[in-house]
Amino acid sequence: MTTSRQYDDTRPGGPAPAPEETHWSAWDQPSGRWMLPGACPEPRERTLVLEAAARLLFPTVLVFSVFLLFEGHYGPGGGFSGGLVAGLAFVLRHIAGGADDPGSTMRIRPPAVVGTGLIISVLTGLAPVLWGGSVFESAKWRLDLGELGYVDLVTSLLLDVGVYLLIIGVVLDLLRSLGSGIARDAARAGEDGPPGGGDR
Amino acid sequence: MPVLAVVAAHLVLALCLPGLARYHRRLAFGAGAVLLAGTLVWAVVQAPAALGPGVTDSLEWAPELGLRLSLRLDALALAMIVLVSGVGALIMVYAAWYFGPRSRDAARSAALLVTFAGMMLGLVLADDLLTLYVFWELTSLTSFLLVGQGGQYRENRRAAVQALLVTVFGGLSMLLGIVLLGQLAGTYSIPEITAASTAGTLAPDEPVLLAVSLVLILMGALTKSAQLPFHPWLPYAMAAPTPISAYLHAASMVKAGVVLVARLGPAFAVHAVWWVPVVGLGLATMLLGGWRALRQTDLKRLLAFGTVSQLGFLMVLFGAGSRVAALAGIAMLLAHGLFKAPLFMVVGAIDKACGTRDLRELCGLGRRRRGLAVLGTLAGLSMAGLPPMLGFVGKEAAYEAFLLEGGVRGWIVALGLLTGSLLTVAYTARFLWGAFATKGTRPTGGDPVPLGLSLPAWLCALTGLAAGFAAPLVQEIAAAYARPLPPLGDPYAAQYGLALWHGIGLALGFTLVAVVGGLLLHRYGSALTGQAKIPGISAQRGYEAVVTGLERFAIALTGRLQIGSLPVYLACILITLIVLPGPVLALTGALPESQEPYHSIMQVPVGLMVIVAALALTRARRRFTAVLLVGAVGYGIGGLFVIDGAPDLALAQFLVETLTLVAFVFVLRRLPAHFDEPETERRVRLPKAAVAAVGGLLVAGTAVVLSGARVLPPATTDAFVAGAPQAGATNLISAILVDFRALDTIGEITILLICAAGTASLVLATRYDKKKGGTVVDSGSGSPKHEQEVLG
Repeated sequence: MTTSRQYDDTRPGGPAPAPEETHWSAWDQPSGRWMLPGACPEPRERTLVLEAAARLLFPTVLVFSVFLLFEGHYGPGGGFSGGLVAGLAFVLRHIAGGADDPGSTMRIRPPAVVGTGLIISVLTGLAPVLWGGSVFESAKWRLDLGELGYVDLVTSLLLDVGVYLLIIGVVLDLLRSLGSGIARDAARAGEDGPPGGGDR
Repeated sequence: MPVLAVVAAHLVLALCLPGLARYHRRLAFGAGAVLLAGTLVWAVVQAPAALGPGVTDSLEWAPELGLRLSLRLDALALAMIVLVSGVGALIMVYAAWYFGPRSRDAARSAALLVTFAGMMLGLVLADDLLTLYVFWELTSLTSFLLVGQGGQYRENRRAAVQALLVTVFGGLSMLLGIVLLGQLAGTYSIPEITAASTAGTLAPDEPVLLAVSLVLILMGALTKSAQLPFHPWLPYAMAAPTPISAYLHAASMVKAGVVLVARLGPAFAVHAVWWVPVVGLGLATMLLGGWRALRQTDLKRLLAFGTVSQLGFLMVLFGAGSRVAALAGIAMLLAHGLFKAPLFMVVGAIDKACGTRDLRELCGLGRRRRGLAVLGTLAGLSMAGLPPMLGFVGKEAAYEAFLLEGGVRGWIVALGLLTGSLLTVAYTARFLWGAFATKGTRPTGGDPVPLGLSLPAWLCALTGLAAGFAAPLVQEIAAAYARPLPPLGDPYAAQYGLALWHGIGLALGFTLVAVVGGLLLHRYGSALTGQAKIPGISAQRGYEAVVTGLERFAIALTGRLQIGSLPVYLACILITLIVLPGPVLALTGALPESQEPYHSIMQVPVGLMVIVAALALTRARRRFTAVLLVGAVGYGIGGLFVIDGAPDLALAQFLVETLTLVAFVFVLRRLPAHFDEPETERRVRLPKAAVAAVGGLLVAGTAVVLSGARVLPPATTDAFVAGAPQAGATNLISAILVDFRALDTIGEITILLICAAGTASLVLATRYDKKKGGTVVDSGSGSPKHEQEVLG
C-alpha cells in the first residue's frame, strides 16, 4: 500500500523547492509531497480549504479505517467498512489533489491491490488444509499482556484484511478509470468545462 | 499412494518446466522425457500385480458427494501407459530437437505436453467414472492449448476451437450419461458397475434409462475418438506442430474414446444399444477414413485420415465384446501407437529437411535419405498389416475374431475389416510412394536429419517390430484384459492367442487379399479415388453450419436485446421480475396477520424523507439533482437501519452510498447536465410509469409478504449465535461474514474484483488500443509459415 514511503520527503523525482528559490507566485505550492501533488494544479481548479482539510483528514481517516478493520470482530466495522472508509480517504485526496495525482513515490497499481486482497483471502481459506483442518477453519489465540489486558488473535482477521485491501483496490481502480481516466479523455477531447459539464 | 503420486509428479514437473525451458530448452524436454520414461519403468515393474488383481489407489475428494479420485493399474492401463509414457518419452526427445532454439512455443509446449501426459495417465488409470470424467475434460483442455499454440494463427485457433467444441460437447453428454448410470447403479466405481452389469443386477427394471445413459456415454467416446460423423476435427487439428500431432493424434488423446469403450465394453457389450453404434460407426469410420486418406496430398493429413480409419478399426474390435476381438484390440492399440507415432515423426523430419510435406512436390527423397526411407517403410509395414510386425499380429487376430464368430454380424464385420485393410494398404503405399519415390525430374532438397529427430522414431518403429516377434508378451497383457469376456465359438477360439504364425488359414488369405488389392488400388485406382465424392454431404460442412447457425442466432438475439437503451434494459429486467415471481406472489403469498404502520416513531420522518425523495426523483430534470435524490433515498434507508438497530448495515450503507455518489459525479462530468428529452411523449411515458410502478409495488409487496412468511424460528441463527464466541467474535455480523459464510464472502469480493476490472477495461480500453498502435497480427492460414516459425 501507500505506506512508509509516502512520508518520505527525499524522493528523487521532484525537486524540493528550497526556500531561497521560492517565487512569490508559487509561495503556496504544496511542499509536502507525501500527500498532495508536487505540481501545483491550475489556480482556478484549486480549493485551498479542501486541500488543507484533506491534509489533515487523510492520515486520520486511514488510521480510523484500520481501527474499523480490527474493531469488526467486536462491533460495527470490519474489512468491508474499513476498506470503504480508506477508499473514501483516497477519494478525498483525489478530489483535493486533482486528476493527475502522482501522490507518492510509489505508484500503486490498483489491480495489484485488488489481486493481493483476493489472494490473501483465498489463501486464508485454504491455509488450514495444510495443518489438517478443513477449508476456512479459523483458529484463535489469546495473548496475555499482563497489566494491559489481553489481545485476541483470530485467523479469520486475515480474511478481513484481504477484503479490506480488495475494497481499497476497487476504489482506487474507480478513481483511476472513472476519475483520472475520464478527466484525461475529456481533456484530450478538448473539453475542459467545469465539472458537471454544460449542456451539449 | 504411489499411483496418485505418479500422476501428481507430472503436474509438479509441468509447473517447473517453463522456468527450466527459459534456461535450457532441450533440458526441459529432457526432464519431461525422463519422467515419462520413469513412469513406464514404474508401470512395467508393477506389471505382475497389474495383470493380476491390479494396483489400486484412491483419495477421498468430497466423500459427501461420493467423489473420490480412484486409480487402478490394470492390463488395459498398462497397455495404454506403454503408449502414453513410452511413446510419449520418445516424442519428448523428438520435440527437443524439433522446436528450434529461438522458438517461443517451446517453453509452453514442454510444460503442456507433460501436463497432458499426466492427465492422460490419470484418464487411463481411472477406476471411477467421475475420476475418468475429470481427467477426460482435462485432456480436452490441454489438447486445446496444445493445438491452439500461441493463438497467433487463425488456422490453429480454428482447429483448436473445433477440437474443443466437438470433444467437450461429447464430454458433457458423457457427464450426463455418467451421472445417470451412477444413479442407476448406486456407485461410480467401474469394477462395481461392471460386476453388477455382468450379474444382471444393474437397473433390471429401468432398461430405457440404462440405454439412454449408455448412448450418452458413447457420445463422449465417439467424439473424442473422432468417429463418424464427428471425425473432421482430427485432420484439422494437424495444424499443431508435428510432435504434438504425433503425441496427441497418434499415441494418446484420440485413443481416449477407445479406452472408454474398452473400459466399459466388458460390462455393456451384450447390450445392442452399446455394440450397434460402436461397431457400426467404427466400421463406417474405418472405411471413410481410409477412403479420404487416399485423396490427401499433404502427408500429415494423409496420416491423420489414416488415424481416423484406425480408430474406427479399434472401436470395432473393442465394441464387439468377444475374447479374440479384445485380444486383437489390445494388439492393434499398441501397434497403432507404435507405427503412427514414428510415421508422424518421419513426416516432421521430412518437413524440416525439405521444407514441404506435399507429396506432389517431394521427389527422390528415398535415394538421398535412405535411413529415413527404411524407417518409414518399417513403420508403414506395420500399418499395412504385414508380417513380421505387430500390426500383422493384431490384424490377423481381428480377422480371426469375426471369422470365428461367424453369423451375419461376424461376416459383415469381417468383410468390412477386409475392405478397410485394403484401403489401409493403399494409403500406406501412397504415403511411402509420396514421401520417398522418385517422381519428377527435380529432386527436392533433403538436408541430413539430426539424430534427435530420427532416433526416437527408430526406437518406436523397432519396438513395433520387436513386439511382433514378442507376441506372447503382448498376449500376456491382452489375455489379462480379455479374461472376463466370453470366448464365443469353438474350443479353438477359447485357446486362441496372439502369435506371428497361426498356419495357413482364412485369416492369412484375408491379409493376402488386402495387400494385393491395396497395391492394385494404389497403382491403378487414381481415377477412382481422385473424384469419387458424395456431393452435398460433408461432416465438416455440417459442423460449420451448426457453429455459424449458433453464432447467427446469438447475434440475432443480442441484436434484439442489447440495443443500447438503458430504459429498455431496465424494462426487460423489471418485466421479467413482474412476470416470473409476480404471479407466484399474488397466488401463494399471504400477508402477515398484524402489520403495524411503524414500530418506532423515528421511522415516520425518515420513511417520509425516503418517499419524498423517491417521488421527487421522478420529476428531476437535471442529472445532478437526480443523483443527489438517489443519495437521499440511500441515506434514508441507512437511517432506517440505524433506527432498527443494525449499525453494521447502516455503516456499510452510508459508506457505499457516499462512494456511489462520488462515482456518479465522476461520470456526470461527461454527460449532459439535463436528461435528454425534458418532455417525452405520452405514449412512451405512460408504459414506463406503469412498469416502474408495478415493479415498485411488487418489490414492496414481496418485502411485506416475506416478512410474514417465516413461521418457525430460523434453524441456523441459534447456531450462529452460539458459535460466534468460538470464532473469536462478539460481533455476530462479522462472524457470519468471515467465519460461517466465509466462502460467500470470497465469492462476493471476487465479484467486486470482476466489476472493478470490467469498469476499468471499459473506460481505459480505447486508450490502450491507441497506445498499442497498428501492429497487425499476421494470422495467415499457410501452415508452412507457421511451422517455419515453430522450427525457429
